[in-house]
Amino acid sequence: MTTIALPVRGRFVRHSGYLTTRAVRALIRQPWYLAVTLVQPVVWLLLFGQLFKSIVDIPGFSAGGTYLEFITPGVIVMTSLFSSGWAGTVYIEDMNRGVMDRLLASPVSRGAMMVATLVYQAITTIIQSLAVFAIAYACGARFDGAASGIVVTLIAVSLLTVIFAALSNAVALLVRQQEALIGISQFLSLPLPFLSSAIMNTKLSPAWVRHVANYNPVDWVVVISRQALSGSPELSVVGPRFAALAGLALVLAWVATRAFGSYQKSV
Amino acid sequence: MTTQLRPSAPPHLDVALDARDLVKTYPTGRGKDPVRALSGLSIQVAAGSVFGLLGPNGAGKSTTVKILTTLSRADSGRASVAGIDVTLAPDRVRRAIGLVSQKPSSDPKATGRENLVLAARIQGLRRRDAHTRADELFDRFGLAGAADRLVRTYSGGMARKLDVAIGLIHRPRVLFLDEPTTGLDPEARADMWAEIARLAAEEQLTVLLTTHYLDEADHLADRLAIVDRGRVVVEGTPDELKSELRGDTVHVEFDNSEASAAALRMVERMPGLGGIVAEGLGLRARADLGARAVPALLSTLDEAGIAVASVTVARPSLDDVYLRHVGRRFEGDHS
Repeated sequence: MTTIALPVRGRFVRHSGYLTTRAVRALIRQPWYLAVTLVQPVVWLLLFGQLFKSIVDIPGFSAGGTYLEFITPGVIVMTSLFSSGWAGTVYIEDMNRGVMDRLLASPVSRGAMMVATLVYQAITTIIQSLAVFAIAYACGARFDGAASGIVVTLIAVSLLTVIFAALSNAVALLVRQQEALIGISQFLSLPLPFLSSAIMNTKLSPAWVRHVANYNPVDWVVVISRQALSGSPELSVVGPRFAALAGLALVLAWVATRAFGSYQKSV
Repeated sequence: MTTQLRPSAPPHLDVALDARDLVKTYPTGRGKDPVRALSGLSIQVAAGSVFGLLGPNGAGKSTTVKILTTLSRADSGRASVAGIDVTLAPDRVRRAIGLVSQKPSSDPKATGRENLVLAARIQGLRRRDAHTRADELFDRFGLAGAADRLVRTYSGGMARKLDVAIGLIHRPRVLFLDEPTTGLDPEARADMWAEIARLAAEEQLTVLLTTHYLDEADHLADRLAIVDRGRVVVEGTPDELKSELRGDTVHVEFDNSEASAAALRMVERMPGLGGIVAEGLGLRARADLGARAVPALLSTLDEAGIAVASVTVARPSLDDVYLRHVGRRFEGDHS
C-alpha cells in the first residue's frame, strides 16, 4: 500500500460531503431539470392568484393583503412537496444500475447516503422557493417582513422537504419500484395542501379541516412563513411548529436510514 | 480434487475465501413457499488464484457473491473473506474487497474520474492519492482519453472496464467479478478476459468470478466449481474436471429422426462407447479413443444402411463436464 487511508472517525461528515457533491454536480449538469420543476408553481401562482383574487374580500378571510401574497407561502410548500416526493427515484436509479449494491458493499456511511440526498433535496427546494418569491415579487406581491421572512421560510420549507424526501427514500428502499413510489408520493402530496391553509384560510374551512391542519406539517410551514413574512411573528405560534418540524425531520431521517437494512435483507 | 495450488505455502494461510454450508432462502410473499437460493454451498479459494463459479441463472452464484460481499446475510453457515468473518466484521470485509456487480455500477451522470475518485474517497484514500490511483487505472484500462467524459457516453466495454477499475481503486485483496462479460460484444469480451488474466497474474489478487459462459470459466479460472440448485456439484481445475470424463466425445448427426432412432439402438450395443445420449437428430457418446472408435462406428452404421450426415470427435469440454454432473445441457444464454 502506497496510500494511507483516512481514519474511520469523522466518516459520516466526510461521506456526506462526497455524496452531496455527487448529487449537486448532476444537478448543475442538468439545470433544465430545475426549470421544468418551476413550471407548475408558476402556473399555480399566476393562475390561482388571478382566479381567486376576490377570495380575500370574503368576510372573515382577513389576510390583510392580496391573494397573491396569501398563496405565495402555499405555492412554495406545494413545490417542496411535489419535488421531495420524487426524492426516492434517485435511489431506484442507483438500484437499477449496480450503484446501490456497489456502495453498500463499500465502507460507506449509511447515514451519509441518506443525509446527502436530503441535503441535495433541500438545496433544490431553496432554489425553487427563491424563484417563487422572485416571481411573486415581479407580479406585485410585497411583504412587510421580507428579509427575515424569506430566510425563515427557506429554513422551514427545507425541513418539510427533508421530512418528505426521507419518507420517499424509505419507501424507495422498501418497495424498490418506481411506479409504487410515485403512486405513494402522489397519494400524500395532493391532499395535504388542501388540508392546510396553503390556498384557503382555514378560518373559512370546515371545523374538521381546521383540526387536521393542526397536525399537518404542510400547515406548520405555511403558518410559520406567513407569520415571518408579516414582519411581526408570534413566537408562541412559530416556536412549537418549528420544533415539531425539526423533530419530525430527525425521526424520519433516522427511520429512512434504517430502511437500508430492510433493503439489504431483500437482495 | 483437493490439489493444493501453491504447495509451497501452508494451506491454512492460503485461503482468501472460505464459505461453509451457506443456506439462504428468499420469501416470495404471503402463503407461498420461500425460494431456496443456497442449500449448503461451500467453497474455499486459495489466495492469489482465480476461482470460477459456473452455473445457470438462479443456480445461486449471485447470492453467494452477495453474502461474501456483506450485501446479504446467510440464514445459516459461515463465511470469511481475507480471514475476516462477513457477519461479525462486515465493515472490515468492505475495506478488503472490490465488487464488480452484474449490472453496470458506475454513475452515468458523472465522469469516469469523478466515479473513481468518489469510490476512492469512500474507501478512505486522501484526495491526492485518489487522483493518482485513478490516473494509474485509467492508463492501465486504456481509458485515459475518456477520463473526463460523462460515463453516459461510454461504450458498453468501456463502462465495464470502468466498473472493474472502481472495484480495484483501493487495492483490494479480493475482487468479486459477478458475470463481468455478460452483454459485451465478442471483442470487448476478449479484451476483458485479457485484463482479468493480467490482473490475476500481476497483482496479489484473489478473484472470484461468476459466469454462465463455459469458455470464460475454462479460460480464466485456476479452479472452478459448478453450482446447481444452490450447491456445488463438482469442483476442481478445468483440466481435472475434463480429464475426469476420460476419453473423447463422439458426435454423430443424421438426416432424419428414423435414422437417428435406429442408430441409437445400434450404438447402445456397441463395445467401447459409453455415455450415449440422443440429441436432436444426432447422438453423443464417449469413447476412450475417439479416433479408433469412429471407423468401427461408421462401418456398423453403413452395414445397417443408416446414412450419416456428419461425425465429429472432440476432446471433452466443460460443456460435457456440466452435462455429466448436472444431468442437462448447459444453457448459458437464457435469462
